[in-house]
Amino acid sequence: MTKLTYIAHDGTHFDVEAENGSTVMENAIRNAVPGIEAECGGACACATCHVYVDEAWKDIVGEPEAMEEDMLDFAYDVQPNSRLSCQIRVRDELDGLVVRVPERQG
Amino acid sequence: MSGITKTDVLIVGAGPVGLFAVFELGLLDLKCHLIDILDRPGGQCAELYPEKPIYDIPGWPSISAQGLVDKLMEQAAPFKPDFTFNRMVSALERREDGSFRLTTDENEVFEAKVVVIAAGGGSFQPKRPPIPGIEPYEGTSVFYLVRRMEDFRGHDLLIVGGGDSALDWTLNLQPIAKSITLVHRRPEFRAAPDSVNKMYALQETKHLDFQIGQVSGLKGTDGQLSGAIVKGPDGDVEIACTRLLPFFGLTMKLGPIADWGLNLDENLIPVDTEKFETSEPGIFAIGDINTYPGKLKLILSGFHEAALMAQAAKRIVSPGERIVFQYTTSSSSLQKKLGVN
Repeated sequence: MTKLTYIAHDGTHFDVEAENGSTVMENAIRNAVPGIEAECGGACACATCHVYVDEAWKDIVGEPEAMEEDMLDFAYDVQPNSRLSCQIRVRDELDGLVVRVPERQG
Repeated sequence: MSGITKTDVLIVGAGPVGLFAVFELGLLDLKCHLIDILDRPGGQCAELYPEKPIYDIPGWPSISAQGLVDKLMEQAAPFKPDFTFNRMVSALERREDGSFRLTTDENEVFEAKVVVIAAGGGSFQPKRPPIPGIEPYEGTSVFYLVRRMEDFRGHDLLIVGGGDSALDWTLNLQPIAKSITLVHRRPEFRAAPDSVNKMYALQETKHLDFQIGQVSGLKGTDGQLSGAIVKGPDGDVEIACTRLLPFFGLTMKLGPIADWGLNLDENLIPVDTEKFETSEPGIFAIGDINTYPGKLKLILSGFHEAALMAQAAKRIVSPGERIVFQYTTSSSSLQKKLGVN
């Protein structure tokens, strides 16, 4: 199991044990992390699972692909460390990953 | 006045489940008319993920979403369904004889003996962009679509977005606008490269201004916009504008269905699992928009629901007529309807 931490917009921490292969979005929904809506269910077809990847993790998580970058156009206050959490797959090297939930989804 | 269109069954939504309902209803000799807010059949399959493979359609180990829509259209074709696209059913009322009158957002009128709501996640509507305080300007200075280009003549226009809608309207409105600014958060566009090149050419000749950034606030009074704050790579800039056209894609909303007097449960329509009928007799709901104990939002569940709904719809349209259960593999009369015999 891989440990993930979500920091909600109000500062609340959610520590979660995630299975490798699942997505950061799925684990947020399963654990009722507030502020992750995931309207399209993980098809990379909306931008309502937007998160900010902690700077220390940005390079390890990697850059969004072109389709995700396109979807991010619809998100609110997009930053260089913005990602759609449905497009981040949990893997061993992400153990300890920290992501922040934005003030609002698009 | 275009007159009233009459049909046996009016299907709200032309997604996969609505299309398969045409087939099941057609086998029972019921004529269907489908209304959809999109400009083509397929619903979410066509709009959101046409090229993505679906792996849980029985008999199709893998089929693209658009491929499934094409096959469903082919399957429904023998029953010659009628389609009205780019329309939302805005009102539904029951007539004295128990049938229904439906009106679209463009005031076309339909009459049907049965209504089937196959509206999936709701109707696709322009997404409100994530700009704080935008609501008071909507309909006066902020518009999500261009119905009449003339309404924008002589205005200082701000267009936001990087897709085809944003670029097309930038190019189309540029000649009649007083000034035009396009704002997009990055230099890459989703729009067709040809439109992007045309836009850059107009920027070169100072016929428009393109700025990289995100709109973070609006300025104005009483719904009259005077400017927008754009957060760009070099900090905030204020852009003077009297009209804002944001193009942030589509989202799904239940829309006017909420006002049709049906029982709702968290934006879903509760139905029974024998007929998939709503709280209103003669109005059925199938596919992702309905709910019942054990409901799974799968296309295959919607297909099953369509088949059972059709039996109940037949009893309403042809009361007293005996329904003979038949298989398409062996029934010569069904095969005749399908045009295969």
